Amino acid sequence: MLKISNVETFYGKIQALRGVDLDVNDGEIVSLIGSNGAGKSTLLMTISGVNKAKRGNIVFNGKNIENQAPHKIVDMGICQVPEGRRIFSRLTVEENLRLGSHANEKGKYFENDIKEVYDLFPVLSDRKTQRGGTLSGGEQQMLAIGRALMSKPKVLLLDEPSLGIAPKLVNQIFVSIKNINKEKNVTIFLVEQNAKKALELADRAYVLVNGKVTIKGPGQELLKNKDIRAAYLEGGAKN
Amino acid sequence: MEIKDIIQSFKDSLFTGLIALALFGPIVGLRTASKGEGLFITPQWGVVFLLVGLCILGRFLINLNSARKTEITFFSKFTSKFSVITEDKAKHFAITAILFAVVFPFLPFTDRYFMDVAIMILTYIMLGWGLNIVVGLAGLLDLGYVAFYAVGAYSYALIATTFGWSFWICLPLAGLFAAFFGILLGFPVLRLRGDYLAIVTLGFGEIIRIILINWYEVTNGPDGITGIPRPSFFGLPFKRSPDEGETSFHLFFNLDYSTMHRIIFLYYLILVLALITNYFTLKIRKLPVGRAWEALREDEIACKSLGVNPTNTKLTAFAIGAMFGGFAGSFFATRQAFISPESFTFIESAIIVAIVVLGGMGSQTGVVLASIFLIGITEMFRDLEQYRMIAFGGAMVLIMVFKPKGILANRKPTILMHGEKK
Repeated sequence: MLKISNVETFYGKIQALRGVDLDVNDGEIVSLIGSNGAGKSTLLMTISGVNKAKRGNIVFNGKNIENQAPHKIVDMGICQVPEGRRIFSRLTVEENLRLGSHANEKGKYFENDIKEVYDLFPVLSDRKTQRGGTLSGGEQQMLAIGRALMSKPKVLLLDEPSLGIAPKLVNQIFVSIKNINKEKNVTIFLVEQNAKKALELADRAYVLVNGKVTIKGPGQELLKNKDIRAAYLEGGAKN
Repeated sequence: MEIKDIIQSFKDSLFTGLIALALFGPIVGLRTASKGEGLFITPQWGVVFLLVGLCILGRFLINLNSARKTEITFFSKFTSKFSVITEDKAKHFAITAILFAVVFPFLPFTDRYFMDVAIMILTYIMLGWGLNIVVGLAGLLDLGYVAFYAVGAYSYALIATTFGWSFWICLPLAGLFAAFFGILLGFPVLRLRGDYLAIVTLGFGEIIRIILINWYEVTNGPDGITGIPRPSFFGLPFKRSPDEGETSFHLFFNLDYSTMHRIIFLYYLILVLALITNYFTLKIRKLPVGRAWEALREDEIACKSLGVNPTNTKLTAFAIGAMFGGFAGSFFATRQAFISPESFTFIESAIIVAIVVLGGMGSQTGVVLASIFLIGITEMFRDLEQYRMIAFGGAMVLIMVFKPKGILANRKPTILMHGEKK
């Protein structure tokens, strides 16, 4: 459903992506792991249209989207939960969610959709009149995911949902991601530094090194891969 | 607190007094006056001693308090009084203020001068509310807001003098023109943020002023436009002796002729215009476009990732903010009956930005308080002539020291986590 072929993205003269090939099928959870500066976030921003690909194609449901404006891409059904959550800290939780429904026929189905988000993350319902900035890191991540779900995406792009969050909440968030995939039938493309968690969750996974995909395969298989264990799993990662 | 400390602080304050004497002695004490031929020195030691005494006393009080490691009691009381103004109280304040504004022209002490000041304050409130859309809500720092004020004033003046149309037709046209210029400014600055945006908007304000000065054929250059028609009361002009076939306001209502009628009408006109601006802003905040503005202020990337179109969002903010600036401009033109580029200098933009920032970005009531404070203080010190700008600057410094986020920094009450105070 999402096919990325030979994508190259630059920041000025610096090349961040050096020909990435990757595809995500309908209903899958696909993880992308890699170290700092490998180009993971750049790839997500390129899919979302915030950064433009200089070369290569991004095809979503048979349509080329590499030259589309970001808001058009969201309208088509690709929504991103950006790195570091980026919630609107001075707006309330509910206003944050309302902004998420912006793309979804200007919030026509707001009442119904917001209920689904509150069912998924009950803590948000308790805090709906509170300002976004007063939530804890984990709650903010839930809000960011909930906000993205309000646009009724077909594909959800998640950028490091475990970043800066208490381990206990990380587990909860990964369980929610799985639920979103299974119950709401939303395809997930997950970018993570927490390689173990990401690979356990994934149907398939890719490894990005210096702007190129070096290894790909089913998540369980990559978990056992010697090179990956040495580079990403042993030593650095915590359970 | 021990005696030793008191003696120490007393010594310190005497030293401060010495410095004050050295400074004020020559500056204030020796006043030069020209009598006949040449200059003569008139000493005014009384004033100097008063100033020095104030400095000593002030320093002594500060010392006493800092010895106790507390804030200066007077000032902390002062600030805590301000910080209890929550949005809820602000609402009561707003209702009281509107009621007061409505009866104001008929209060016994209200005279022509008060009315003029009130009209001026209301004009700035309206400008502040208009700019609040751009700066407070959308977070786009616009230092050239006066450009739209000027566009509104000039379009009103030109349309009204050329075609002779009435105020109520020219007003929306002037607003539209200003909105168009808002979009014109919006396009080149779409990619800019923060300081860079501020610089470009600053330039835009100057460009408009310079065009107004130099485009002599249309704008009459530095001479300005005279004879701008006064507004009429739904077709009834405010004239002592109306033209033939016309009925004027005082004849229609069987009143004695008074120039105050027109002033009072202008007052209500700007009051209504300002309240419309306020109502519009409060409403649009609840609509998707208003929320998008606020979201854009918070985080542009998050906006993009959620499908908010930043281009349209910014342009609407500029256009709508500019439109209200244009309305205020038309009002200015019809009130003065004369406009020239002189009235649209950078200092006007600066005052409006100051009102928005000092009021607390995005707070509607804050804009009102800041306008009254800033414009009122400058008016109060009018007798001091050019020194009143010191009062203006002083007022700004005071607000920034004691309320660094503006008079009313909070937009709405927030449920605090675990009941703790932020």
